[in-house]
Amino acid sequence: MLQIKPVLAALKRHKAGTVLIGLQIALTLAIVCNALFLIQQKVTHLSRTTGIVESDLLTVGSEWTNASGAEVGSLVRTDLQTLRQLPGVADVGVSYGYPLRGGGWNDGVSTKPDAKQSAALAWRFFVDDHVLSVLGAKLIAGRNFRPDEIHVVDSHNLVTPAQLIITKALADKVYPNQSALGKPLYIAAATSPSTIIGIIDHLQGGSASSWSDAISDYVVLEPKLLTDKSNAYLVRAQPGQLSAITKVVRTALFKTNRMRIIPDGEGEGAGVRSFAQVREQAYKSDRGMAIIMSVICAVLLIITAAGIVGLTSFWVSQRRKQIGVRRALGATRGDILSYFLAENFLISLGGVLAGIVLAFGMSLWLVMHFETQRLSLPYVLVGVLLLLLLGQAATLAPALRASCISPVEATRST
Amino acid sequence: MFAYYFELGLRSLRRNPALTALMVMAIGFGVAASMITYSVFRAVSGNPIPEKSAQLFTPQIDSWGPQQNLKGEPADALNYIDAMALMRAHRARRQTLLYGVGMSVLPSGNDSLPVAANGYAVYGDFFPMFEVPFLYGGGWNMADDDRRAAVVVLSEEFNQKLFDGANSVGREITLDGHDYRIAGVTRHWDPQPRFFSLFNTSGFKDATDFYLPFTRALDVQANPGSNSCRGHMDFSGWDGWLRSSCVWATPWVELDSAVEVARYGKFLEDYATDQQRAGRFAWAPNVRLRNVMQWLDYQHVVPPESRISLLVSLGFFAICLVNTIGLLLAKFLRRAGEIGIRRALGASRREIYTQYLIEAATVGLAGGVLGLLLTTVGISGVGLLFQPQIARLAHLDFSLVALTLAVAILATVVAAFYPAWRAARVQPAWQLKSN
Repeated sequence: MLQIKPVLAALKRHKAGTVLIGLQIALTLAIVCNALFLIQQKVTHLSRTTGIVESDLLTVGSEWTNASGAEVGSLVRTDLQTLRQLPGVADVGVSYGYPLRGGGWNDGVSTKPDAKQSAALAWRFFVDDHVLSVLGAKLIAGRNFRPDEIHVVDSHNLVTPAQLIITKALADKVYPNQSALGKPLYIAAATSPSTIIGIIDHLQGGSASSWSDAISDYVVLEPKLLTDKSNAYLVRAQPGQLSAITKVVRTALFKTNRMRIIPDGEGEGAGVRSFAQVREQAYKSDRGMAIIMSVICAVLLIITAAGIVGLTSFWVSQRRKQIGVRRALGATRGDILSYFLAENFLISLGGVLAGIVLAFGMSLWLVMHFETQRLSLPYVLVGVLLLLLLGQAATLAPALRASCISPVEATRST
Repeated sequence: MFAYYFELGLRSLRRNPALTALMVMAIGFGVAASMITYSVFRAVSGNPIPEKSAQLFTPQIDSWGPQQNLKGEPADALNYIDAMALMRAHRARRQTLLYGVGMSVLPSGNDSLPVAANGYAVYGDFFPMFEVPFLYGGGWNMADDDRRAAVVVLSEEFNQKLFDGANSVGREITLDGHDYRIAGVTRHWDPQPRFFSLFNTSGFKDATDFYLPFTRALDVQANPGSNSCRGHMDFSGWDGWLRSSCVWATPWVELDSAVEVARYGKFLEDYATDQQRAGRFAWAPNVRLRNVMQWLDYQHVVPPESRISLLVSLGFFAICLVNTIGLLLAKFLRRAGEIGIRRALGASRREIYTQYLIEAATVGLAGGVLGLLLTTVGISGVGLLFQPQIARLAHLDFSLVALTLAVAILATVVAAFYPAWRAARVQPAWQLKSN
């Protein structure tokens, strides 16, 4: 039967080492559970769905350099024709604003005119009649825009559109417990209402940044072509044709009209991006943070384990004689092994208890300074289990070596 | 003695290779993680204009009211009416309004493709106010602002792109279909963070290509890169938009003394009071006057990722040091017998203490060298977490190298205080007896 008392008595003689291991375990626990929690949050954040069919989708941003007003309307129509004739292209739409674009336009919407406070803040996407089907967004009520409903306007002459399509999340928010279809909606404190003619199941807003999380499912589609904004052509490729189209799309557009800018490069500002790239760039910092936190956790656990191995080996070598005496007095190998494991368990237990307090303290501090969420208990429990197991595993090798010390050691003088 | 102890230290590094490797790795990883994240933090939290940051102020006036402002704070930019009123009042020695514009340039040649260019619409005071250095020519004066002159200042990089770096002053370029005479070319000037233009943007942006007169930009109806509006938006046309509640112009004023600052603050209050009296604002004056560092702080220019990663790495480093204390303790006390003999032969406690601190410093040095290697590798991986405009600011320079080594050595020596003290307290009699 394992005795706790002698273990405690021995620990009293190694106060420094005990405190150091305990402290290290406490600090490691605090950082590891907060890091695990952060990783989980980032992963949840970046696994949100956009509500569209993301494969075989290409976004092409093009800005006119010498055209304005109605002229842009006809130039865009020519572009659309050109793009639709490219081999491998299924359909093309034009839009200002699409999911994860990296910014865009948002405004307050309300259900009454002259509302002092808007009912919700929402993303405004300005789309033509093809965009819904190109994106593959699912219309669950009402209808899509008709070609004759699309108006060519500039952003300083935003006449209130007669028709709107909104996401279900927004519909439920502004018209709770009733169907929003056919009801009025006032965008940006407009004096005249627009009618909601369609509701889509789900569509994510223009940004993945955490500032926009609260409104990420609130999107309003307006039947407009903005002439003074950087529109994007959304190209739906036939399966497997995406890369072929990507190669020729730039040349094809410049051949139609060279007085335009299609930014090159690969980054967020690039003109031609597959939706896979759009997603990757939108969640770059989330993914980076998750990777870095995982690496730090792993290295931290390794270093803590190594520290335990180092100090325990030192203790074993210091106590060779005592171990020999105990063995000579009849202690079995198992007794020696369990002694060291119990010793580590006691220290680790003290460490994790302090660590739990530290972990919550750290989380509280993060909540106050970075508006993160509060650490939840399961992560701490996982961390505690992880560190207790780590401590036992790290002690095992030196403890096994200790258990092999022969009783003869008792007779040696060193 | 130092050299001898240093040599002993180096020799003892080889004595317990496993233990030593462990310590060196712990210090190396800890210091590298801290240095990599610090290199980013240093870049994003620095003072972009140290010699003048206390004299440059950005005024804010609440034109949205308590219902629609930013939780009690005025908007981060001004609308056209307030911006123009400040300029007309001219209560500061130097003053400018500015907003970011994107335009296109068609380089000469028949088959050339238009190039996108980023610039700012500013007043002539902008250049002396922010101490923009010039390579050729100069900025423009107040008369040019008033006459809405079609002049432009190019950046060194953009001049290189368009004119191969030749002196282009006096030549013409076409921006968005309008001709401008080149008045000057700046030297490379890209303060980080770009404190003067933080409205709806991050402070870390691609290089600026050109500057043109604010008044001219309004004439050609150059849309601002960002724009925030409240209330009714059913205005029509450019003039309707100018008169709307939309804010987009960032004002900056140069105030040289506390008296001037107080006077300008009073002027802002009075202006807002007048607007309230005139019925334009239905609320009490709500104005702010922040200098560069206050503005950077208020705008949260340092990305949260940078702070969090720096804190996590410092915590990581702290754990590595606790680990090092434990391992040093084990390493030193293993040699209790050796210490006992030295003490018996007449070495003082002080000498033992010094010797072991120097030995720890050699461990720290080895850790620092490893840390330096890891930092070099890690800095190239900064792009994983940060946008390219920030990632490229992180670099290894002499001061970072020196800091890495110094931190590694100093931290290890501090960690060795307790283990070395224990070593110095070894009782010679005990050690000699048991041998």
